[in-house]
Amino acid sequence: MSTYEFIDHTYDVIVVGAGGSGLRATLGLAEAGLSTACISKLFPTRSHTVAAQGGISAALGNMGEDDWRWHMYDTVKGSDWLGDQDAIELMCKEAPAAVIELEHYGVPFSRTEQGRIYQRPFGGMTTHFGKGTAQRTCAAADRTGHALLHTLYQQSIRRSATFFVEFFAIDLIMENGQCRGVIALDMTEGKLHRFRAHMTILATGGYGRAYFSCTSAHSCTGDGNAMALRAGLPLQDMEFVQFHPTGIYRAGCLITEGVRGEGGYLTNAKGERFMERYAPNAKDLASRDVVSRAMTIEIREGRGVGPERDHIHLHLEHLGPEVIHERLPGIAETARIFAGVDVTRQPIPVQPTVHYNMGGIPCNYHGEVVRFRDGDPDSVVPGLMAVGEAACVSVHGANRLGSNSLLDLVVFGRQAARRCAELIKPGTRHAPLPKDGAELAVSRLDRLRNANGSRATAEIRLEMQKTMQLDAAVFRTGESLAEGARKLEQTYQSFADVRVSDRSLVWNTDLIETMELENLLMQATATIRSAVNRTESRGAHAREDYPNRDDQNWMKHTLVSVEGPGEVRFEYRPVHLNTLTDDVETVPPKARTY
Amino acid sequence: MHAPLDVEGRRLRWRCRRGMKELDVLFEVYLDATLASAAQEERALLERLLELPDPELARYLLAGEVPADPAFAGLVGRVLAAAGAGPRAGA
Repeated sequence: MSTYEFIDHTYDVIVVGAGGSGLRATLGLAEAGLSTACISKLFPTRSHTVAAQGGISAALGNMGEDDWRWHMYDTVKGSDWLGDQDAIELMCKEAPAAVIELEHYGVPFSRTEQGRIYQRPFGGMTTHFGKGTAQRTCAAADRTGHALLHTLYQQSIRRSATFFVEFFAIDLIMENGQCRGVIALDMTEGKLHRFRAHMTILATGGYGRAYFSCTSAHSCTGDGNAMALRAGLPLQDMEFVQFHPTGIYRAGCLITEGVRGEGGYLTNAKGERFMERYAPNAKDLASRDVVSRAMTIEIREGRGVGPERDHIHLHLEHLGPEVIHERLPGIAETARIFAGVDVTRQPIPVQPTVHYNMGGIPCNYHGEVVRFRDGDPDSVVPGLMAVGEAACVSVHGANRLGSNSLLDLVVFGRQAARRCAELIKPGTRHAPLPKDGAELAVSRLDRLRNANGSRATAEIRLEMQKTMQLDAAVFRTGESLAEGARKLEQTYQSFADVRVSDRSLVWNTDLIETMELENLLMQATATIRSAVNRTESRGAHAREDYPNRDDQNWMKHTLVSVEGPGEVRFEYRPVHLNTLTDDVETVPPKARTY
Repeated sequence: MHAPLDVEGRRLRWRCRRGMKELDVLFEVYLDATLASAAQEERALLERLLELPDPELARYLLAGEVPADPAFAGLVGRVLAAAGAGPRAGA
């Protein structure tokens, strides 16, 4: 093995990832006076959070009555009772303050004529515990995500957080079950950097790219999730993958749910508004899994549109050009470029497309990573936190509601920073790192840099994506999942035969994409094997052979460890049905209908 | 997939990684079609364009707005023309 030199850094806290959650954590840490570095493979304002156009939910009650308890009810119900109710209570209760705080930091929310934050309805958001429709989603026009990133980044810089941009994090530095920091490659200089910290916060997002059709950017490869797996830690609830009902047919580009909030609706080949049959009350505003499944049923029963009857129509012609351009800017052009349709005259062809990963690194509502150890399901992993889509707190359970994602980023980014401020005194001395601390990262880097096999990275990636799309999508049976797991195991095995053509370390995009691919293969394995394992239907995980939710046996979180191709191990954690305080009662499990 | 690139080309390729899937798809199609053979001026222009934030790029590439800078306007036209054959999923 070649010898590698390191450039060493020491900080109170290291944040890996500069999307919404990473930046919110970074800002909170810097405000608390902790020396903070944020490492990101992309320039911060190019993180995938920029694509969040829909908005952020909070029971502000600006457009009519609202209550955080109703928001909590919706979130628990949306999660199909897999969400932890203590964490959900915290998120919904903190939401108004967290949003007002963002406004003070400078996020330019859209306003009503009276000057209050404008709020629109969004799927799954109700008043009076499911009886009315809530207007709970705050937005900064159609660029909420960008406004959030830009504001948090500027505020973090003002408070002297340090950014290491275009640095690719390879692996964690672990010592006796404790995280001591992280190893990253500076892509510009081709040098390795060793970051030592009292706390490392993984804010590395989801892994949409494990699937063929996804709405997420190419960079969504879940690098932190895979780093946790390689550190011997499990991931939680990885079988729960949310499909967005309205990805543009073939391209995967997202048509925001706001379209249906403003009155857009779906039809099948007969021109029927079929959602009326599946969700008589909520109709086209039912939660994402309900809409995705209804669309898939229509297609499977031969009522899809198009020559291959394999997609659905989304209509907004009736809204008129003015509403479309004022309330839904950009939609018309996206549909024209990626689907070739004029939305003022024609429906948009859409299909369910991977949109969000409910699963991730298990953690508590402080953001601390937990594992099952010595009979304790909430045993904290010292030195390691996770926030955002990489984390599984779990506030989304088996299914996330629209506009709860940005809320999750902001609330738990803030929580993690608060917890660090409680745990770490600024400038506390650091113990020396273990001698072999970088070995995991360096051996991996060296192995892949010199990989001289016969299969191209892109070829293996495509094979994985097609398997996941075919066998681990909206509809799942034991048979199809087992077939997919078998194919994926072969694909993962073939990664040992990967070929990286470039041996350099400077801007070696081939090497980076290969490390990302290995990360994706581990998470795809976790996902499909967890889906085989869970013999019930709940939220986004719908098994045709087990059509019902089975609270008796499966109201529990899956913990999955991945030790190699096809080599997985399962443990479980109980769902927290208890609330955090006496301010609200547990939402008792019942059938989830809309 | 794509022809071997020099170090500058690989850096540009990384910079084409955006936060928005739509932009990823458009730039990827354009890069695969042109980058290896692109003249130095075209690369320098692309590099400058990529400095713009995603929402601004989205206005030019997805919302039909024409950039004030005529050089950018030309490049935006070429990126969109390359996508004319239809974007690919899954890449």
